[in-house]
Amino acid sequence: MQTFQEIVFKLKLYWASRGCIIQEPYDVEVGAGTMCPETFLRVLGPQAYRVAYVQPSRRQADGRYGDNPNRLFKHMQLQVILKPSPDDVIEQYLGSLEAIGIDLRQHDLKFEEDNWEAPTLGAWGVGWQVMLDGLEVTQFTYFQQCGGMDVDPVPAELTYGLERLTAFLQVRDSVYDIEWTKGFSFRDVHYLEELQYSVYNFEMADIPTLWKLFELHEGEAIRLLQGYDPKAPDKKRFPLLPAYDQVLKCSNLFNTLDSRAAISVTERVGVIQRVRKVAVGVAQAWADQQAPAEVAR
Amino acid sequence: MSLPFLLEIGTEEIPDWMIPGALESLHLLFEKAEIPHETVRLDATPRRLVLRAEGLVERQADTEERILGPAKSAPAQALAGFARKQGVRPEDLTIESTPKGEYYSFLKKVEGRPIKDILATALPAMILQIYFPKTMYWTGKGGPRFIRPIRWIVALLGEEIVPFELAGVRSGALTAGHRRLGSPEIAVTIDDYERRLRHHYVILSAAERRYKIAGEMAGIRVKPDDALFETLIYITEYPTAITGSFDPEFLELPEEVLVTVMRHHQKYFSVEDASGKLVPQFVAVMNIDADPEGFVRRGNERVLRARFNDARFFWETDQKKALAARVEDLGHVTFQAKLGSYLEKARRMMTLAQELGGDTHAVRAAELAKCDLTTELVKEFTELQGVVGGLYARVQGEPGPVWQAIYDHYKPESMEDSIPRNRTGQIVALADKLDTLRGCFRVGMIPTGSRDPFALRRAAQGVVKILVEGRIEIPLLSLIGGDEPLKSFFEERVKFYFKDIRGFKYDEINAAMAATVGWSNLVDLEARLARIQSLRASPDFEPLAASFKRIRNILEQAQFSGEGAIEAGLIEPGPEQDLYDEYRRIAGQPIEHAISRLRPKVDLFFDKVLVNTPDARVRQNRLTLLNTLLREFSTIADFSEIVTTS
Repeated sequence: MQTFQEIVFKLKLYWASRGCIIQEPYDVEVGAGTMCPETFLRVLGPQAYRVAYVQPSRRQADGRYGDNPNRLFKHMQLQVILKPSPDDVIEQYLGSLEAIGIDLRQHDLKFEEDNWEAPTLGAWGVGWQVMLDGLEVTQFTYFQQCGGMDVDPVPAELTYGLERLTAFLQVRDSVYDIEWTKGFSFRDVHYLEELQYSVYNFEMADIPTLWKLFELHEGEAIRLLQGYDPKAPDKKRFPLLPAYDQVLKCSNLFNTLDSRAAISVTERVGVIQRVRKVAVGVAQAWADQQAPAEVAR
Repeated sequence: MSLPFLLEIGTEEIPDWMIPGALESLHLLFEKAEIPHETVRLDATPRRLVLRAEGLVERQADTEERILGPAKSAPAQALAGFARKQGVRPEDLTIESTPKGEYYSFLKKVEGRPIKDILATALPAMILQIYFPKTMYWTGKGGPRFIRPIRWIVALLGEEIVPFELAGVRSGALTAGHRRLGSPEIAVTIDDYERRLRHHYVILSAAERRYKIAGEMAGIRVKPDDALFETLIYITEYPTAITGSFDPEFLELPEEVLVTVMRHHQKYFSVEDASGKLVPQFVAVMNIDADPEGFVRRGNERVLRARFNDARFFWETDQKKALAARVEDLGHVTFQAKLGSYLEKARRMMTLAQELGGDTHAVRAAELAKCDLTTELVKEFTELQGVVGGLYARVQGEPGPVWQAIYDHYKPESMEDSIPRNRTGQIVALADKLDTLRGCFRVGMIPTGSRDPFALRRAAQGVVKILVEGRIEIPLLSLIGGDEPLKSFFEERVKFYFKDIRGFKYDEINAAMAATVGWSNLVDLEARLARIQSLRASPDFEPLAASFKRIRNILEQAQFSGEGAIEAGLIEPGPEQDLYDEYRRIAGQPIEHAISRLRPKVDLFFDKVLVNTPDARVRQNRLTLLNTLLREFSTIADFSEIVTTS
């Protein structure tokens, strides 16, 4: 039986052998691997890029105090970006499943329409959820827009749900029973985190503090964005990456406030708009900053 | 020589629900392309759209075109120049007489183009014109758009490849088999195409895939579900049905929840016993030929168990707070930014339910109807809103009419759906829909064209259906508070309902709605429509309708606005007197009795009597007679709206 970490190793090796940079997780809280600069910013502009990384992703509202066998506050995604998307992208993807020991002649694989949209990022794409014996194991997306801009070339994004995939391969009914490595289960590694963050996110996070933090990070992002000058000769040194971190902080705080039921439905739309504004602002500045000189001119 | 043609557009997986429409679109485009052929056949799987035609010709027929040159009087050089341009000798030109004079002319033979060339030119654009509700680009910005990337194209005319390139893909004679059971590259001819695909685990015909699944489910009592069946046919290339089971302890959960999980989330058929009760089994359809080791069955069983566990967790969590205790929570759930919260909506619904004649049960149901929006189960399975509320209300001891009304209050969700099962439910459903319609129209959120984000058409359609089929004789217009745009919105919906759902003719509907009693009472409107429909069979009907139209025109031309009574003394003996007498005899009788007697009198009147006589008093009296007649028989319909064939 393959352990959780063996499955991760094999997938990383597989994508490494197909020319991907193997990145490490981003060190700012995100809700999904898509939000990491390695995806959100790299899909913009004409430069080819291939990258794979595991990203712990926080979904505050999905926390269940470690009680629910399938729902987690923080789950692990393997995110793969292939830009431009190769013609045999699906075959490459199927190869990755075989690399972790899934005999595709013995299992039922279906591609069900599932279009992805992230309003806070001004991003959307079309694609599928990939179903393996009735279980959604991967989200497959052809990016069409990001930060409100058409992407060109079109990248393919593969997002594997690692706990689910492992539970499938290890035939476990609960992700907590997954063997992480010999002698350690997922429960041993993650249970306390699930429990304590559920308590914090649902019960104890201080709402006024969170709002204050939200405003501080938003303010910093706006301040930086206002300072970006597309005509400046040294614009390449302008700190847009740090500005983007501020956006990620806002997004994560928004999710915590939401799980704390601190945002009424009416306010919600407005707060999403605020995050979107800074996210799209950074994306557009970034596209300008990174554009090859002849295009920028 | 007659040739067969094959076009296969190989793609990545197309969303199942778009496939039938895409085939229809491809068919239309091919028919429009003016490529003569005898038969066409269309097929599709998720990975290919296929058009096969028989009886194409090798080349278009040659045609002749007469080309006019210089006038007969033109100088010789002009003539020589024209001849040279056409590539003939001047003496080959003939003289053609035209209305403008005589000209040199030349009969040019246009050789028909090979059909292969025409196809090669036409196909790329034709393929890209296939209609899909949503498209993508993949080769780069500004590149071709299609539903999903095109990966191969087979285009054969007889034994030859129709050569073209689209999205970087060159057409050829290589198709692809099933992703896992077949080869990625298979050389085909038109003759062996379908057979070769079959060999590589692709069943091209949707009918055959349907037949295979149906055969494998024979003997299992699955809950009929046509939409799910259709989905499964178009999401597989080689479908195989397998049966799985689940722990009977889950049968404690409401059947609605179990079926929804199986159907919407897992695309499984539910299985029932002879009495229609759910049994702990399901049928899944794989896209593979067999499951000898049981991997697929066990995998699906595990996924279902997890899903059911989730549902049970939500069901039990929700029970901790009764629906009645959730009313205040609705204050935190926005109905619509400009229209306030669901708490406000619930209060308006309670008032409306009362106005609609609802009893205390109806008011209670209106108060609780939206409370399930705060439950975990509805947050997870939004399609079960209403149903879940009803189920909770039942468990929590609400009386039958109340929980049933909550359960049903989103009905009818389509024109095929039934209306709520009891009067309480009908009242609450009306209150809900009318409140949404009135509110949205008041703040200017009126549907335009295809934009109808709040599904107001469906809501209004539901109101119409409930009023008619629930036989509720409340005047519709009294419920919409004099809102003119809403009134005309409803007018459209009423017409749509009676025409497209009930099959009345549009002119019958116009006639019935223009009757003096109006159209506000929909039960009455339905009864009148039925009468008009049966009247129409009478040979006297259309001629009389034509006469009524004539009467209306006469009255309009005369700008008649008379109130006064008919003066018997001014009536001329003969046809006018006859018509008047007949009118007096049949006035007040149903038109079914009057029609055959009235018609000859009216005909004769128009034949013999001049309405526009010089004597103003006589003229006025005749107009009054006609007007009276028109009004008398316009109570069920304004017959002048009937479109007559004669």
